[in-house]
Amino acid sequence: MQTIISPLVSHRLCLAPAVPRYRLPNIYHRAPPSIRLSNHRSTTSPCLFSSAAAASRDSEMATEDVQDPRIAKIASSIRVIPDFPKPGIMFQDITTLLLDTEAFKDTIALFVDRYKDKGISVVAGVEARGFIFGPPIALAIGAKFVPMRKPKKLPGKVISEEYSLEYGTDTIEMHVGAVEPGERAIIIDDLIATGGTLAAAIRLLERVGVKIVECACVIELPELKGKEKLGETPLFVLVSSAA
Amino acid sequence: MFAVENGLQGDPRLKAISDAIRVIPHFPKTGIMFQDITTLLLDPVAFKHVVDIFVDRYEHMNISLVAGVEARGFIFGPPIALAIGAKFIPLRKPGKLPGKVISEEYELEYGRDRLEMSVEAVKSDERALVIDDLVATGGTLSASISLLERAGAEVVECACVVGLPKFKGQCKLKGKPLYVLVEPSQFDELTTL
Repeated sequence: MQTIISPLVSHRLCLAPAVPRYRLPNIYHRAPPSIRLSNHRSTTSPCLFSSAAAASRDSEMATEDVQDPRIAKIASSIRVIPDFPKPGIMFQDITTLLLDTEAFKDTIALFVDRYKDKGISVVAGVEARGFIFGPPIALAIGAKFVPMRKPKKLPGKVISEEYSLEYGTDTIEMHVGAVEPGERAIIIDDLIATGGTLAAAIRLLERVGVKIVECACVIELPELKGKEKLGETPLFVLVSSAA
Repeated sequence: MFAVENGLQGDPRLKAISDAIRVIPHFPKTGIMFQDITTLLLDPVAFKHVVDIFVDRYEHMNISLVAGVEARGFIFGPPIALAIGAKFIPLRKPGKLPGKVISEEYELEYGRDRLEMSVEAVKSDERALVIDDLVATGGTLSASISLLERAGAEVVECACVVGLPKFKGQCKLKGKPLYVLVEPSQFDELTTL
């Protein structure tokens, strides 16, 4: 199983033991990032660190200033498949996480610990891998699960939101009446890349008066700066995967 | 086999589940009364009943993997897998799964479709459960059984929330038992949403 390497934002916060570095080629054929993080060590590992002050736009990684031992196992259970679905893309395959019963249980537990007792009544999950992680969280915190789907899959009345792809556009839909104004929601997907899908999901829910407390993903690809598309909505991820 | 035929006669949870399912007439095409389980998912109590009933049934059957059919099987499968300590395997439309896959064709009313499974996900002699939201013709579930058996697993049962009445009794799919919670709900013109 391939270990996911995350960037080291602050040396003092990364307490995990060193693991061999795996340099991931840039995906989407973009130029290498010009920014290098300070205190970048030659060996990195999945990190769990608290977000900086609210002014920082860095994604929040789980909880405290200590390495949660569950995170390393989760990260190492995710398989990276080169050149899928097309050449140059390093695909983050969560199906191997789902085969590791402890890692899957820990993934859900980390999200549930964060979102229980926060008055969240809606867990929205993006088709299709958001359908795997969203419902167990929803059930554990007593919230509704709302699927956000590709066009024409949901029967009855829907509202739609278009978003940009690298080439062209796509659309995401939600049932009219599934949520009510004033409800507090989280949006779940397995991974955030460019942030287009999550941004569309946020817009859909906001159009009907829902407050999105946070977007939550298992994996972030930080070089794609997806969190910048989320506006004021915070992002929480368990594992960050970068070159 | 329906839940009412197997010990759950009179269980109020079954009525709550059935009442939570919305019927949309003529979707995706004329003549089909679509059983919409998304309204069930909006009812955390009823959704939990579904998972509890399946978990009660399967937790002592030594099931090591739960295979869920894309996409609504992804909603019901993982909570069951997590509760019984089994792996979850997504069975997907073509081209979605990375790595080595095997695929199985099945009939639709018009034409054919294909389901894929990661061949590396299944070891021989695993005991598997297949989950989907609804069984109608049984084509998708039969393809799922084939995929798992080709990879060496033993399919213990297929489980669905909704099933047509023809699946009462000892009805089997490719020789495997089928367990269904409720029959299709009736269309209620007064239902809003």
